[in-house]
Amino acid sequence: MASGKEIRTQIKSIKNTQKITRAMEMVAASKMRKAQDRMQASRPYANKMHNVIHHLAYAHPEYQHPYLLQRENPQRIGYIIISSDRGLCGGLNNNLFKETLADMRQWRDQGCEIDLCTIGQKSSQFFKRFGSMKAQATHLGDAPGIADLIGTVKVMLDAYDNGEIDRLFIVYNEFVNTMTQKPIVEQLMPVVPAKEEKELAYHWDYIYEPDAKVVLDGLMVRYIESLVYQGVVENIACEMAARMVAMKSASDNAGDLIGDLELAYNKARQAAITQELSEIVAGAAAV
Amino acid sequence: MAMTMHVDIVSAEQEIFSGTAEMVLAPAAMGEVGIMPRHTQMLTPLKPGEVRVTKEGGEQEFFYVSGGIMEVQPHVVTVLSDTAVRATDLDEAAAMEAKKDAEQAMKDRDSEMDYAKAEAELAQAVAQLRMIKKVRKNLGS
Repeated sequence: MASGKEIRTQIKSIKNTQKITRAMEMVAASKMRKAQDRMQASRPYANKMHNVIHHLAYAHPEYQHPYLLQRENPQRIGYIIISSDRGLCGGLNNNLFKETLADMRQWRDQGCEIDLCTIGQKSSQFFKRFGSMKAQATHLGDAPGIADLIGTVKVMLDAYDNGEIDRLFIVYNEFVNTMTQKPIVEQLMPVVPAKEEKELAYHWDYIYEPDAKVVLDGLMVRYIESLVYQGVVENIACEMAARMVAMKSASDNAGDLIGDLELAYNKARQAAITQELSEIVAGAAAV
Repeated sequence: MAMTMHVDIVSAEQEIFSGTAEMVLAPAAMGEVGIMPRHTQMLTPLKPGEVRVTKEGGEQEFFYVSGGIMEVQPHVVTVLSDTAVRATDLDEAAAMEAKKDAEQAMKDRDSEMDYAKAEAELAQAVAQLRMIKKVRKNLGS
C-alpha cells in the first residue's frame, strides 16, 4: 500500500486537475449560451433565404441556374467538413468524421473521387491524409463572420462551376440539445428545393433587375454561403455543449477519485497510528 | 386605412427589422426603387445605401445596407442584407488564401508524420525509463 505522503500528493494533483476541468466547464457553458444566441440570430436570414429559393422553384425563370440543375452520374464529389478548432470536447469530432467516412465510402464504391474543403483545425488535421484538399479555413474563433467563409466556399463553388465536382455535401454537427449533437451530411449542390404538394395554378416569374443571370448568380452564392455559415455557427454551439458535458464528467470523475484516495489515505494514517500505539504499549510492557 | 405589407430586413448574422410597412425605398442595382403593397414579384441586387421603410402611420425608419438582395412578393418584401464587403476581386483574393492554406496543410503532412513518429518514440523511451526505474527500486530494496 502506498504511504500517506504519496497519497496526499496524488490527491493534490487530482484536485488541481479538477479545478481546471471545472473552470473549463463553466467557460464552455457561458460560451455555449452565446453561441446559441448567435445561432438564433442567424436563423431568420437562413429562413428567408430558404423561402426565396423555395419561391424560385415555383417561379418559371427563363434562365435555369446551374446550381438548380441535377447532374447525372457524378464523377467527383466535394465535401465541406466543419469541425472544431480545439479538442477536449468528447467524441464530437470523431463521430462526425466517422459519419463522413461512411458517406465517402458509399461514393467511392460507385467509383467517385473525392475533393475536400475543411473548416476547423481538427478536420484539416484529420483529412489531410485522405483526399485532395481544395481549401481550408481554421482559427475562425468563437464568433466567425460570413466574411471568413467567403473564400473557402468560393473555391468549392468555382470547382462546381468548372465541372470539377458534380455534387457538394456539407458535414457538420446539428445542435439538438445540450446533451445531444447529431452529425449531419447534407447535399448543398445541386440545390434540392423542398417542393410542396400544392402547385400554384398559374405561371408567374419575377422581374429581374438587371437580368436573371446576374441576380440568380448572386442569390445562389449567398444561399450556399448562408447554409455553410449556419453550419459553422451550429457546430460551435455543439462544440461548446460537448465540451461542457465532457468537462463536467471529468470533474465528477476527479471527485470520485479524490473520494477513494481520501479513504485510502485515512486508512493508511489510522494503520500507522495503531502500529505506533501498539509499539509504545509493547515497549511499556517490556520495561 | 392604407394598405400594408410585411417587411423583413435580415443579415446573415442578425435580424434587423421585421414589421408592417406602407412603402419601402431601396437602392436597387439599376437605381432607387419604391415598393408599395401588391407590387409584382421582383428580385434585384442592392447597392450599398439606405433602405427607407415607411411604417403604418407614416413614421419612417432608415437602415443602412452594404449591399444584398431584395425579394418582392405582393405582400412581403424581404431584404437579405450583406454583412461583408463584396467585390469580385476581393472574393477571389479570399479564395486564393483558402487554397494556399490547404496546400500548406498538405505540405505539412510530412512534418506532421515526423511529429507522430517522434511522439511514438518518446512514449517508448518513457516506458523503458519507467521499467529501468522499477528494476532499480526492486534491486535496491
